[in-house]
Amino acid sequence: MTQRSSWFNITSLGLGFAFLYLPILILVIYSFNASKLVTVWGGFSTKWYAELWQNQQLLDAAWVTFRIALVSASLAAVLGTVAALVLARFGRFTGRTLFSGMIYAPLVMPEVILGLSLLLLFVAVGQERGFWTIAIAHTSFSMCYVAVVVQARLAGSDRSLEEAAQDLGCPPFKTFFVITLPQILPGILAGWMLAFTLSLDDLVIASFTTGPGATTLPMKIYSQVRLGVTPQINAISTILIGLVTLGVIIASLLAKRQRLAQTKRG
Amino acid sequence: MQALPENEPASPQLEAEQHVATTSHSRWRWLVIAVPFLWLLVFFLAPFLMVFKISLSGQVLAIPPYAPQWDWATGLQGLQAFWQELSLDNYIWLSEDELYWKAYLSSIRIAGMATLLCLLIGFPMAYAMARAPKRMQPLLVMLVILPFWTSFLIRVYAWIGILKTEGLLNQFLLGLGVINEPLVILNTNIAVYIGIVYSYLPFMVLPLYATLEKLDTSLLEAAQDLGCPPLKTFWTITLPLAKPGILAGCFLVLIPAVGEFVIPDILGGSETLMIGKTLWVEFFSNRDWPLASAVAIVLLAILIMPIMLFQRQQQKSAEVGL
Repeated sequence: MTQRSSWFNITSLGLGFAFLYLPILILVIYSFNASKLVTVWGGFSTKWYAELWQNQQLLDAAWVTFRIALVSASLAAVLGTVAALVLARFGRFTGRTLFSGMIYAPLVMPEVILGLSLLLLFVAVGQERGFWTIAIAHTSFSMCYVAVVVQARLAGSDRSLEEAAQDLGCPPFKTFFVITLPQILPGILAGWMLAFTLSLDDLVIASFTTGPGATTLPMKIYSQVRLGVTPQINAISTILIGLVTLGVIIASLLAKRQRLAQTKRG
Repeated sequence: MQALPENEPASPQLEAEQHVATTSHSRWRWLVIAVPFLWLLVFFLAPFLMVFKISLSGQVLAIPPYAPQWDWATGLQGLQAFWQELSLDNYIWLSEDELYWKAYLSSIRIAGMATLLCLLIGFPMAYAMARAPKRMQPLLVMLVILPFWTSFLIRVYAWIGILKTEGLLNQFLLGLGVINEPLVILNTNIAVYIGIVYSYLPFMVLPLYATLEKLDTSLLEAAQDLGCPPLKTFWTITLPLAKPGILAGCFLVLIPAVGEFVIPDILGGSETLMIGKTLWVEFFSNRDWPLASAVAIVLLAILIMPIMLFQRQQQKSAEVGL
């Protein structure tokens, strides 16, 4: 390729990544700002982090959010994997179009519609709202993300092994657990992590489906943001960003180790 | 999993055994399908019927704040009375008050414009990623995905400090001497564009990269060897082949952006009219659940075509194993 086009490529990547990362970087830097004014640098300080530990309401909200994410990601991983299996391996069946529509539509459906519709369902059946209604709402939309991720993995996995096992008389369930599951496990784990962060992150759907006593961290952050920008929010944000980055790095290292082990075995 | 041995059974006994296996097999098959199917029917499809029903009700001061209620115990007569009380009043109200029409139109305009900007910024990025050395590509993909894993709310919030009148962007530009007076960006539509482009950019770049990475470069080389100018090669070869990625990326940005609430609420101003925010205000501030439901139903009617196109396109690419 020509020199000119490679310069163009490098510039567009550089600018693109600067656009994606500078705001996050600035947010992190200003969480260590001693000044209360978010845009004026007043020296290095960790006092906002110390203040966070005093804020019991915030810690409670973080704990609720974490538990909801754990429950909904695990449910979504199971349901999403089964849904992916149905889409990728079950061929045609009555209602397949409706089924795949219900998998793909939530990926793009505006959150206000999802939130409102689930709330109206919970009200109609007289379900008291709180922890479980948020967890169910999160499961319902994040299982679709899991299904898409796992389906991609299933499409790339080797089917001849499954067919060989079945030809040799291995029952379908055993084939799944012994042959298919190990192959798609990285996909399921990636889906679980995605579902977990989607749940941690969600403000809109949680706001609709919440009830007394179940205030999540995004709801807490949102109400503080509405009052104005404070360094404390920067500090919480930095902690969350740090945790997510750590999780992603660990996951990718594990995936790399598994790939290496596989190539050695192969 | 549905694959059964195709070879002919050797003995009648084996045939009978296989028959038993097939019926129990298909029973299990339906059970496996039923679990996610029922979950989605109950928690995705049924709620929409609720929204539709309540959009035909009226607002009352009660818990829940809508009427009529239908009581199973009243039987057929109750159902009839309930049926007669439903009305299209909310929809008539929506069509008469021009605020709602303006909000729908401006949501579509803002989302459409932001989608176009996303494509203009995302395409060169995806193209450069696809042309980067092979061993660097996983890292680049990771770098695009990583911001998506960090909180949406936080990433939108980060822009407040940058775009404020006394914010970092204005400090920077004033310091350079490019401008003499601070620009007013926060609480305008421009801030909303920036917010949407920033938050949804990974959704545009990833499908674009997936198609561009598979693009056969020998086609481009052949065109070049035959003397086709680079721009013409781009228009006649690269762009048509990248169409599935462009479509997927545009749907993934456009559809959710039309109903976006967080970005216009945090970065937009009083002039910013977006339907997601209108729905939120009707629901939480005015506690008018029936009207909020009607707003949601009309929004759904607007989005149903793009959503179905998106689904068809996704199914097609899933089948070819993209």
